[in-house]
Amino acid sequence: MTTRTLGTLRVEKAGPLATLQDPGRFGVRRLGVTQGGPADLHAFAWANYLLGNAWEAAVLEVTLGGLTLVAEQDTRLALCGADLSASLDGEPLAPWQAFTLPKGKALTFGMPVSGVRAYLAVGGGFHAEPVLGSLSCVTREGLGGHQGDGKPLATGDRLTFARGAAQATGGTREVPAEERIDYREPATLALVPGAQIADFTGESTFRAFHTDWTVDTRTDRMGVRLTGPRLDCRLESMISEGIALGAVQVPPDGQPIALLNDRQTIGGYPRLGTLTPMACSRLAQCHPGQKVRLRPVALSLAQADYLRQFQAFQAPAASRG
Amino acid sequence: MKDPRLENAGVDAWLVRLFDRIDEANMPWLMALCDRCEQAFGEALVDLVPSYTTLLVQYRPQQLTASQARTLLTDILADLAPDEAASAGETKEIPVWYDASVGPELARLEAEKGLTRDQVIEIHSGHEYRVFALGFAPGFGFMGSVDPRLETPRLATPRKRVPAGSVALAGRQTSAYPRVSPGGWNLLGRTPVTLFDPSRERMSFLQVGDRVRFVAIGREEFERLGGDTTPVAPVQEERS
Repeated sequence: MTTRTLGTLRVEKAGPLATLQDPGRFGVRRLGVTQGGPADLHAFAWANYLLGNAWEAAVLEVTLGGLTLVAEQDTRLALCGADLSASLDGEPLAPWQAFTLPKGKALTFGMPVSGVRAYLAVGGGFHAEPVLGSLSCVTREGLGGHQGDGKPLATGDRLTFARGAAQATGGTREVPAEERIDYREPATLALVPGAQIADFTGESTFRAFHTDWTVDTRTDRMGVRLTGPRLDCRLESMISEGIALGAVQVPPDGQPIALLNDRQTIGGYPRLGTLTPMACSRLAQCHPGQKVRLRPVALSLAQADYLRQFQAFQAPAASRG
Repeated sequence: MKDPRLENAGVDAWLVRLFDRIDEANMPWLMALCDRCEQAFGEALVDLVPSYTTLLVQYRPQQLTASQARTLLTDILADLAPDEAASAGETKEIPVWYDASVGPELARLEAEKGLTRDQVIEIHSGHEYRVFALGFAPGFGFMGSVDPRLETPRLATPRKRVPAGSVALAGRQTSAYPRVSPGGWNLLGRTPVTLFDPSRERMSFLQVGDRVRFVAIGREEFERLGGDTTPVAPVQEERS
């Protein structure tokens, strides 16, 4: 592939953290390599949907704004997820829509208005050399991203994509109103109760599902700490075991930690259960100080809900409408 | 294997709990279970995370319902047999330069355990360890079991920066840090071996099930093998 076939977005200002993400890195967790992937799978999927992209197309995850990108040719893009005061050549640009960034014009992200992470898709997805089967950027492990070394975008970097694919293929696709989430609202997070739930005291189990939890300042792509009443478990710690996406661990201090995409592969604290993928997406958009509730949900219902949410996106390209 | 339990781990994963204690004898069962899952789940398998006593099985919910995946695992477990051959593991050597400049907790161990430096080194390197799990970071192998004479808790306050190659001890486990990272294990020395390299065929120098020997080397040999001699400071705080 020569650079002539590629379109480019130039990074004029990098912002705190912007990384390429595809659905994640799989099949290598037994080597200790984390999953990675979009912290908000929901917004990631809708951004690709708007452009008619394949489900797994790589998207730019923009954390907390501060980023400016300049198009080196007319480029069709889609923006979903957080409202980070995006503007196109100075004009405000709301999320949940596709748009064209004209050659030489700047797309600028400012301060967060609602949510934490915005997803910017390009027709055909961003290009990069996959590392261990994925483009997903995991800074802690130094893997993936636009240069393959786990570095987030830096000023002067270039993001590349297939030039031909820069045209819109999504046509008039829209994101339904009920899927455009206002992340400022208090969130209710569905949790499938897990193996050690019986080892928590009855009072703790009650508290877990009947209190407002506060999102702590300790929140990143590895996990989100929740503060509130102390949860007591008869098991202080356990032998380390594999941790699924959304696992809610409770260390001895009684304050739960929900583990997200960049979590360590194994860990040894008792678990209340596992947040659904949709709940992980929602939690990943919460600012420190925001209130969340945990709501227990039966496994079969949670799985059916997940399939309903994501099956349309994950269908093979040929069968998509 | 006593009575294996299946515990739900969300919409796309089951955790198989095979054992309740750490034991080398678990490895042939866990390795056999990994194998059988790969065959039985085929395309529906997304990832496997073996650890000391458990296996996390992540599958594609688009292809299997939770109860179908559960049934598949139940069937596998019904006639699971330990695979001694597949889990024998390779024997690997990790050369280590045991020195206080790169292993500042050596002195603490001597003082706390009433051992000489040579004894600490002899005990640590005189034993064959098993890789029970990889995790924490790519290629970080959790190895056991360390001689009780060296058993020591993690640092109360983890170091913000542990140099790559640091050979370390926590509880009755030992490991080596594949790359620079934060960490709370006690540092004994440093290896010049590259423990994780995504461009290498198997990527991780260590694999679950491997047998490992640490081999004491001198500074010259360490440097000849490309080791980095940059010292690391002892942790100041008292351990709780």
